[in-house]
Amino acid sequence: MATEAQGAESAAGMPQLDFATFPNQVFWLVVTLVALYLILSRVALPRIAAVLAERRGSITNDIAAAEELGLRAREAETAYQKALADARAEAGRIVVKARAEIQKDLDAAVARADTEIAAKAVESQERIAAIRASAAASVGEVAREVAREIVQAFGTGADGRSVAAAVTQRMKG
Amino acid sequence: MAESAEGEAGFAIHPMDQFIVRPLFGDGPVHWYTVTNVTLWMALTVLVVSLLLVVGSRGRVLVPSRMQSVAELLYGFVYKMVEDVAGKDGARYFPYIMTVFCFVLPANVLGLLPMSFTTTSHIAVTAVLAVAVFASVTAIGFLKHGTHFLGLFWISSAPLPLRPVLAVIEVLSYFVRPVSHSIRLAGNMMAGHAVIKVFAGFAGALGVASVFPVVAITAVYGLEVLVAFIQAYVFTILTCVYLRDALHPSH
Repeated sequence: MATEAQGAESAAGMPQLDFATFPNQVFWLVVTLVALYLILSRVALPRIAAVLAERRGSITNDIAAAEELGLRAREAETAYQKALADARAEAGRIVVKARAEIQKDLDAAVARADTEIAAKAVESQERIAAIRASAAASVGEVAREVAREIVQAFGTGADGRSVAAAVTQRMKG
Repeated sequence: MAESAEGEAGFAIHPMDQFIVRPLFGDGPVHWYTVTNVTLWMALTVLVVSLLLVVGSRGRVLVPSRMQSVAELLYGFVYKMVEDVAGKDGARYFPYIMTVFCFVLPANVLGLLPMSFTTTSHIAVTAVLAVAVFASVTAIGFLKHGTHFLGLFWISSAPLPLRPVLAVIEVLSYFVRPVSHSIRLAGNMMAGHAVIKVFAGFAGALGVASVFPVVAITAVYGLEVLVAFIQAYVFTILTCVYLRDALHPSH
């Protein structure tokens, strides 16, 4: 085979089997692998690993922060609902209280009005009674006058006093 | 293509010329220290890896740039492969496996450039890689498990009379591993490149009809791109499989 030949002359066979070039290839391969290993293990891999870890960390942190914010939002919502319920209850209480006060005022006013009405009614009653009495007295007077006039018209001699007495007597009866 | 152009009389295609190891400067003999095209293309491999993984991740930003996300993707891909195949305790050896992957993949892909030299198409290179994997995996196995590591060859789930036979087969297959490991990669890389070169030689000789070889070259090139990635993946995942055997020798 081409084991003896060098470089270009070995074209006839497989250059892969040209053992004269093996030390060269092996030497440079070892140099390359060592260089690659140093570059990768000293610089590239730690750096990429750090970036990936950092990213994973920040994603985890962000998710945790989002969860915390969500929790806080839920807390705020419950607090809001509680405040709303409290306000509603307070408003209800105020309404009840106001209604009671108004009722009390109303009751007082009604009572006062009732007493006034009662007083007015009594007064009116009295006045009605007075009017009625005076009317009755007037009726007696008129009756006596009329009776006397009638008696006089008949020409009978009867004095005024007896006529009045007789009218009063009749009116009583 | 120069060689096919001059060979009008004969059909002088030299598909293997692309694999010749030449001194980069001058035309002397190739000593072990000579700077050759091997040196150049291995240096380019290192350069590409450095550009991608070191310069690409320079920003260290939380939301990665395009380069950084490629670097992270590569990292995650190999890390997950090591963890899935070799197990959690295999993650310790991740930098070594990443080194293998970061050599084989760019070397394969760079070899697809026209006029380039494919370092991984040489059995000397892949054999050193495979033997390094074989030796370190065997060492890890014996250091971690002592003589229990030999349990890898003694299949306790098989019937007793069969075990010695299986042990012989297992030992043989264990020692064949570096051979298949290295020849698989070098053979794949060499064959595709040689085929492309043969078609290229036809294209130079056929004149107008060279449309067909050009179409064939395009198709084979597409296949070769696939092969470059797949072989890098296969080489790396087999390394992980051997590592798993060393870490967990019981079947």
